[in-house]
Amino acid sequence: MTTTTAGTTWLVRRSRVLGGQPTDVLVENGVVAEIGPGLSAAGASVLDADGLVLLPGLVDLHTHLREPGREDAETVETGSQAAARGGFTAVHAMANTDPVADTAGVVEQVWRLGRRSGWVDVRPVGAVTVGLAGERLAELGAMADSAAGVRVFSDDGKCVSDAVLMRRALEYVKAFDGVVAQHAQEPRLTDGAQMHEGAVSAVLGLRGWPAVAEEAIIARDVLLAGHVGSRLHVCHLSTAGSVEIVRWAKGRGIDVTAEVTPHHLLLTDEEVRSYDPVFKVNPPLRTAEDVMALREALADGTIDIVATDHAPHPVEDKDCEWAAAAMGMTGLETALSVVQHTMVETGLLDWAGVAQRMSAAPARIGRLADQGRPLVVGEPAHLTLVDPAARWTVEPHTMATMGRNSPFRGRELPGQVVATFYAGHPTVLDGKLAGPRPGTTPGRDA
Amino acid sequence: MRHLLSAADLDRAQAVTVLDVAEQMAATQRREIKKLPTLRGRTVVNLFFEDSTRTRISFEAAAKRLSADVINFSAKGSSVSKGESLKDTALTLEAMGADAVVVRHPASGAPHRLAHAGWTRGAVVNAGDGTHEHPTQALLDAFTMRRHLVENATGADLAGRRVALVGDVLHSRVARSNVLLLNTLGAHVVLVAPPTLLPVGVEGWPCEVSYDLDATLAGGHGDLDAVMMLRVQAERMNASYFPSVREYSRRYGLDARRVGLLPEHTVVMHPGPMNRGLEISADAADSPRSTIVEQVTNGVAVRMAVLYLLLAGARDLAPAGPPADEVALTEGVLP
Repeated sequence: MTTTTAGTTWLVRRSRVLGGQPTDVLVENGVVAEIGPGLSAAGASVLDADGLVLLPGLVDLHTHLREPGREDAETVETGSQAAARGGFTAVHAMANTDPVADTAGVVEQVWRLGRRSGWVDVRPVGAVTVGLAGERLAELGAMADSAAGVRVFSDDGKCVSDAVLMRRALEYVKAFDGVVAQHAQEPRLTDGAQMHEGAVSAVLGLRGWPAVAEEAIIARDVLLAGHVGSRLHVCHLSTAGSVEIVRWAKGRGIDVTAEVTPHHLLLTDEEVRSYDPVFKVNPPLRTAEDVMALREALADGTIDIVATDHAPHPVEDKDCEWAAAAMGMTGLETALSVVQHTMVETGLLDWAGVAQRMSAAPARIGRLADQGRPLVVGEPAHLTLVDPAARWTVEPHTMATMGRNSPFRGRELPGQVVATFYAGHPTVLDGKLAGPRPGTTPGRDA
Repeated sequence: MRHLLSAADLDRAQAVTVLDVAEQMAATQRREIKKLPTLRGRTVVNLFFEDSTRTRISFEAAAKRLSADVINFSAKGSSVSKGESLKDTALTLEAMGADAVVVRHPASGAPHRLAHAGWTRGAVVNAGDGTHEHPTQALLDAFTMRRHLVENATGADLAGRRVALVGDVLHSRVARSNVLLLNTLGAHVVLVAPPTLLPVGVEGWPCEVSYDLDATLAGGHGDLDAVMMLRVQAERMNASYFPSVREYSRRYGLDARRVGLLPEHTVVMHPGPMNRGLEISADAADSPRSTIVEQVTNGVAVRMAVLYLLLAGARDLAPAGPPADEVALTEGVLP
């Protein structure tokens, strides 16, 4: 870890800011101090970024860091290291820990673990209902007022399926500018569901998870959000039908945002023919038509952001028969590569569009005041440098996450995160973990 | 092919070879001494995570009549019920030197996983996995049909024959394997079921679908050569797949009146175990055209053929080239 004075000043040479013309960026005291060609600074560490694209530090609205309770799967430390390697400077940690993050005490614990680790800004998500049981509201206000300053509330992993409870949650969080992030899954339609319901499930004899189980909840929720004038966020939207509903709702002026995962942008239910549980995930991998609709929707803004739903599991929870396996995939260290592959190389998005969807918009939805900021002088230096020309083969055992359950294992992907700066401190250099940010994170908005 | 996991693993030539070898195996079973030395010194493990006495003893008889050593590993009362994983069970069997693992499992795809996860080197035979497949059942059904419906059966397929599969297709591994295998063998398949008991996606299967049993039996999809009734669990009505056992039986059960709608030559089949009075009436099950008991007998011969082809001599299950009787008898143990 660099602690000398020189370490606090970095000159990033000739990077392409948001994919534009090469220029220099001077980082000093945690902020962007100067941008322009031919900069020099005495004593600054120089990073030659010729050919690299400079993005604002990525923000993930949806990860599972597993701590407290499942430290055999991931910890805040390893999960935030994985995030840094993936180019992230802020991640939201979902509430389905053990104990559940449904009190101020638990969210503050996770927040403190994140601060102590210092790799990224770890922002706890608070549970909507006590114990994720879907019966009564958790103390949302206490979590909002806590040191963790929670703004995103979700029972992710479970759906807030009770319409009255969902309505109340949507209304209640307005008092502190919160948002309910819904895991849209009608539980009765998905009892025992194992994969997307369609042609492949019919052949494989695996219980189907129909698209309508997601779409019915999203339709209900956008109507509820419109009725009570609240903000709604839809987690991991996965079907073409869901896209149509969100598009309709936005057209009506309903305040809804939506996310898509990298794996839903690339993989289809055809992968399940292998019965390899690394492809078991919730919501399930859908069809090629759904994948194309999701890409189009991310490009046209119907879907606002990419969020990883990073879900590490111990090996034994995947090294078994399909029905016995846990649902979920790792994603932090492959997200940007998959987005480059599916969105940039297909011409659907430019790098500015990627920055919007992986940094600015998720920070805005999560109400993170100092993340996802524009790349201009005076802004916090949360920066990601990516080499778009690099190609690499995904090898889960070389990743920072403890999870070995990457569905991209063995796949060649484009784009490598070369460096990540978290408030001016390089957490990643040369594609490797450099060191956590010393001291504590700066003051936040809440 | 090293394993038999799905009926789709067999092309037409391979499937016909299995049936032809099964004919030869059946011929040996009419002798006074039924045992063949073919698999002497080989170990076949019957790994059953579900109760299925019928299928297990059929495989056990098949392996023993080929002189294999047979180990029966039942999940009930074993380490599996104490939480041992499929992987650890497989590693244990591998350590004991299993040449073939015959697996029955409640999870669809478990045999596939066993064959491809690198846990065992033995040949894996799917003896029924969840609601996925039961390929040896489809083979014995095809074997039974061929015997009844095709003259000069050796080397022949089921081209042009019409088969109705009636009942709970959604939850039936027998139906999935039969649709695939019958299609491979050139037969036309009609699925007859209430719409609730057909999977979403069935429209992509190589078959026709009917909701009306009477119309289908009366020739609505052509004259049927075989009608196979599928087992229906009465508990399905609790999940609203159908309103009551009585209504199901009225609309989709095979009784004497409906048997009377069929052409003279049509055989009535059931993979067992039957729910008499639900999907099939006693007089239909016991009628002269019923092959239900014969299916059980044929099961042993077909499973002998499968084990023989997977374990004896060449690893390939019947290369498409030479005629079956030359392929199968490399060790000269059959007449």
